[in-house]
Amino acid sequence: MRGPGPTGRAIAKVTLIALALGMIAALSMGVSDSGTRFNDLGNKLMCTCGCGQVLLQCNHLGCPALARETAELHADIAAGMSNNAILIAFQNEYGPTVLAAPMLTKFNMIAWIVPPLLLGLGILGTVLLVRRWRQRAAAMPPVQQSAEIRALRDQVRRETEL
Amino acid sequence: MPTFGSFALLLALALSAYTLLAGGVALRQIATGGRGRVAPERLAETARRAGIGTFIATSAAAFALVWCAFTNDFSVAYILHHSNRALPGPYKFAALWSGQEGSLLLWAWLLAAYGFVLRVRHKVDVKLTAYASTILGGIQVFFLLLLNFAAMPFSLVRGAVPADGFGLNPLLQYPEMVIHPPMLYLGYVGFAVPFAFALGALMMRYPGEKWIHITRRWTMVTWLFLTCGIFLGMHWAYSVLGWGGYWGWDPVENASLMPWLTGTAFLHSVMMQEKRGMMKSWNVWLIFSTFMLAIFGTLLTRSGLVSSVHAFAQSPIGNWFWVFLVIVFAVCLFTYILQRDHLKAENKIESLVSRESSFLFNNLVLLAACFTVLWGTLFPILSEYVVGNKVTVSAPFYNRVAVPIGLFLLFLTAIGPLLAWRSSSFRSIRKNFVVPLIAAAVTGVVVIACGVHPWDIFTTTHQGSFYAFVAYCLGALVVTAVGSEFLRGAKVISRNTGKNLLASVVQLTRRNTRRYGGYIVHFGVVVIIIGFSGQAFNQTQEQELALHQSIHIGPYKVECEGYSQDTNPNYDTEYALLNVYKDGQLVTKMAPERRFYNASQQPLTVVSNHSTPAWDLYVIYAGKNPDTGQPIVRVFLNPLVMWIWIGVAIVVFGTGLALVPNLSAALAASRVRVPAQAVALTAQGDD
Repeated sequence: MRGPGPTGRAIAKVTLIALALGMIAALSMGVSDSGTRFNDLGNKLMCTCGCGQVLLQCNHLGCPALARETAELHADIAAGMSNNAILIAFQNEYGPTVLAAPMLTKFNMIAWIVPPLLLGLGILGTVLLVRRWRQRAAAMPPVQQSAEIRALRDQVRRETEL
Repeated sequence: MPTFGSFALLLALALSAYTLLAGGVALRQIATGGRGRVAPERLAETARRAGIGTFIATSAAAFALVWCAFTNDFSVAYILHHSNRALPGPYKFAALWSGQEGSLLLWAWLLAAYGFVLRVRHKVDVKLTAYASTILGGIQVFFLLLLNFAAMPFSLVRGAVPADGFGLNPLLQYPEMVIHPPMLYLGYVGFAVPFAFALGALMMRYPGEKWIHITRRWTMVTWLFLTCGIFLGMHWAYSVLGWGGYWGWDPVENASLMPWLTGTAFLHSVMMQEKRGMMKSWNVWLIFSTFMLAIFGTLLTRSGLVSSVHAFAQSPIGNWFWVFLVIVFAVCLFTYILQRDHLKAENKIESLVSRESSFLFNNLVLLAACFTVLWGTLFPILSEYVVGNKVTVSAPFYNRVAVPIGLFLLFLTAIGPLLAWRSSSFRSIRKNFVVPLIAAAVTGVVVIACGVHPWDIFTTTHQGSFYAFVAYCLGALVVTAVGSEFLRGAKVISRNTGKNLLASVVQLTRRNTRRYGGYIVHFGVVVIIIGFSGQAFNQTQEQELALHQSIHIGPYKVECEGYSQDTNPNYDTEYALLNVYKDGQLVTKMAPERRFYNASQQPLTVVSNHSTPAWDLYVIYAGKNPDTGQPIVRVFLNPLVMWIWIGVAIVVFGTGLALVPNLSAALAASRVRVPAQAVALTAQGDD
């Protein structure tokens, strides 16, 4: 096989970096916007009626918890509180289970870090493993292949391709 | 009938225990060359027949429970709690799986049914099937032990028998609930078969990869059932729960997703073993994990380990499942350690840029997705254990962590078919990627022109637009990659045969149904993801409506034409009659309602949905203002939802196609009528 030249390698690197940055951006970006704050925050809080659903997804008819919490949320937004302050206020009032996802604090940080970390380590480990296999294969003496064998191997490859 | 049912369950337990023990002894004797009073082959045959008998006995028990439901036998506690006289017939049938004990009976019956098919078709490979049958017998013993001693479906009511039952949970009184649980269970239970074959093949050091060929259809059919079960559940949630969504990342939903993810990984990586003798240990552990995750999912649903909207009540059977899970894991680990030298790969991956690598990364990402779901589901328990605080891990967590992983998987789906086996040259990559990349770029521009602003992620807390943008671009990449694969092959056929391009595509697909069926499945997945991406642009409004008052949402005007109430023996109803206008024209009439079921004393929202390819107008009757008596209506405008169900249909079609034998194989297998003269000549020759 003819490998990529320096330009090709550079393109591959840039693509990989762009992908990684895209994923990091997707995981970490986002600042508050007053226009959609109610919907955003309402989807970050749980209904406390025991239905186990996100606040704005509670489908209980006449749910008292839904009415109370949404009223509080409206009031907090109107009072000019920041998103973080509102979430903390809810947490203090109803306990940590009122938040639909754990905040980035102390132990809860693990919840967010572990999956992408393991995926990253998995990818890294796989890349290293394949490189090791390649190096081992390269260390073995090349098999002398006649044109006939090469043609046969090509035929086998074509016929067995998925 | 309850006595008959209980007896049938006891008999089934005895028969399955015999299948396990006699089968185990016979296989041990065959492996070691030992002989008892009965020849091991005959002993194995009796075990096989006992396995078939288990199916008959379990069927009798299931029949007895359904009979009790239809005859309103409220002396049976299960029927008392899950049925009532006014319940329509199909839901009485569905009562079989609407509670803990009944659904476990369904598990056991489906397992017995799978075992029945496997044992009847034992001539495919007698010895391997004997191993698989014995292992299935072991699993069956566990479920029948549960049914006989821990979750008895035929327990009788103490004291006086009530005149009527408490009724079925209203949420389950919906047509899809008659089919969704059996589908899901067919998927869960079905993974026991490839698991049994894999474990059996490992135990007997089965030579070659034939066991994979034998189990391929089992695995695909099982995967298809699980896929259908999951999406039927989504459709049910969308149609019944009335919150405007279809997936809430609930622990029970997650429990069904985890084996689906590992099962999908297995379906991909097993091709590497078939074609190149690679990833043998990986595949064995993938199928082991898939089965264990199916059991774990059942444990999650039934033990009360995690709180969930639709888990069964907390019960002590969780401990039984834990013990079973530990035993299964120990058996798998022990067998693997003993036989691991049998799983040495015949080849290694030669290049990072190859089809093999793409399969490997695809597996890695699927497993990462599975781990993320498992991690999110169990983190509340971990948090409570470590810091003493239970936290909630719901949609916002998965949207941030799992969605990017899913998009990465979509990216791999796009590039996989464009890479060659063993290694790809840079030139071929450049050649294969140019068109798909251009398609992705053009799609990106069009999507931005249509008003999707991916940069919103930098200015708001919404990631939806960004994810949707990436999903559309990657979708275009996948579709172009898949399309170019079809086109390339079809052009060759067209050139050689003179057929038109469409006929060539059909012939190409029939020549390698698995490959091209797989591509169609990938296309279906893209369509589903496009449907999912619409969620980023959902709109909602809620308003109390007086007569002829209206709500405006998107292009629609929803006007209240009237509101009233109704009653029947099963439930009372309140409803609103709504006229929907678009551009001043009446488009449809909608009647969202709220039911109150008499037997269970529970309310239910009945959604009214006007579905189009562009969006769903989804309306629920949220309640009634007690002061004015006027209805409160919640309206959702959910874009692209219809494409999810269309995508699922494409996935089902693609999987069905992949199950059809290839054209050449079918031709070889078909009988050719030999002329009578030729037969006579052959007969003379033989003489």
